[in-house]
Amino acid sequence: MIDKEQLKEFVLRLGDDSLVLGHRLSQWSSNGPFLEEDLALTNVALDYVGRARMFYGYTAEIAADGSTEDSYAYNRDCRDFTNLLIHELPRGDFAFTMARQYLVDEFSLAYMKRLKLSRDKTLAAIAEKAYKEDLYHLRRSTSWILRLGDGTTQSHDRLQNAIDDLWGYTTELFEMDELDQEMSKADVGVDVASLQPEWIRQVTATLSDATLTVPANDWVVTGGRKGIHTEALGHMLSDMQFLQRAYPGQQW
Amino acid sequence: MVTNRSAYNPGISLLPAENHARNGRRKNSDCGSLWDLLDAVKDPEIPALSLWDLGVLQDITQIDGAIVVTITPTYSGCPAMQVMAEDIAATLRQAGYDNFRISTRLAPAWTTDWLSELGRQQLRLYGIAPPRNESPIHCPRCDATEIRLISQFSSTPCKALYQCRDCAEPFDYFKPI
Repeated sequence: MIDKEQLKEFVLRLGDDSLVLGHRLSQWSSNGPFLEEDLALTNVALDYVGRARMFYGYTAEIAADGSTEDSYAYNRDCRDFTNLLIHELPRGDFAFTMARQYLVDEFSLAYMKRLKLSRDKTLAAIAEKAYKEDLYHLRRSTSWILRLGDGTTQSHDRLQNAIDDLWGYTTELFEMDELDQEMSKADVGVDVASLQPEWIRQVTATLSDATLTVPANDWVVTGGRKGIHTEALGHMLSDMQFLQRAYPGQQW
Repeated sequence: MVTNRSAYNPGISLLPAENHARNGRRKNSDCGSLWDLLDAVKDPEIPALSLWDLGVLQDITQIDGAIVVTITPTYSGCPAMQVMAEDIAATLRQAGYDNFRISTRLAPAWTTDWLSELGRQQLRLYGIAPPRNESPIHCPRCDATEIRLISQFSSTPCKALYQCRDCAEPFDYFKPI
């Protein structure tokens, strides 16, 4: 049996994942390599920020302590954020952004497919929408992996570098801590460990098609769910939260 | 000879169960005039389309004297949702209603299947190709099916950008979700 506190923490994690990645993507706004791609990056960012709003809104509803979606986004410090680390890494070059997006899209699609079956009706409804959006996200990120990987020497090398730099962060996607296990057992959350073999098979197939090499598992970084982050998150929050920190409660 | 064409046409659109229920709520509602009033509220991004035809307006009820308008968001990150809620509020206030609240319902999740037939026609007239699940996409201007994808994402998250190979015009396509 899961209690309110556990459900709240679980939903908050999903909100943090969505907001942090959404914000990183939004940093491409008006800086995309060309107009259509600028729009695509911003639209995917919007989908993620929208998910964050739904997850945070639900967290606030469960907490019923006066917190709001904004207070979760703007009034918490690094150690309170429990997103998976891969989401917070700086956007890097376009190859890095698309490599991360592809690795995350393959994971997210499989995750949302399971979360749709959650016994928690609100989570299932959010996942229902997110799953359909992820289909579009994955279609686009896969085509970029193929185009850049099997493109010029420069695009190939940049993408391979990005995959190498990201690989050690992918292990964390499939880690199950006590809360994940409880949520999965209650048929509310997702058994992420069980998603790993299929993820590896799919990613290996795409990378091979793109003439890229799947890196060795010789380094692993984890800690996001415990609030232990890379140095990148603090810098991101100082920018993202500036206005609410300087002028608390400020509104449009 | 084929006597029942629809039985052989896999592209025929059936009314989704949720839309059937929605139609029923409107038909049997005690707030009939309010539904008509809110037909004036359009999607701010696609002003040809009312919230009813878009499938966003779910229910209007009265609870303890207060009007409760229930809406279901479209795309997760659709920035138009906020404006839609504000427009509903403004329309109600203008008509003299002050005691109301707007509630958001996430489940069941909105899908493009809820777009009404009228809504689809209005989209086409507005220059946006309506969503299709199986049948080919038609150019909203010249109806040709020879088209090419320019971008998976367009001016809003719900649309993709295409170009017609026949009349050469670019056009938005409302993506099915």
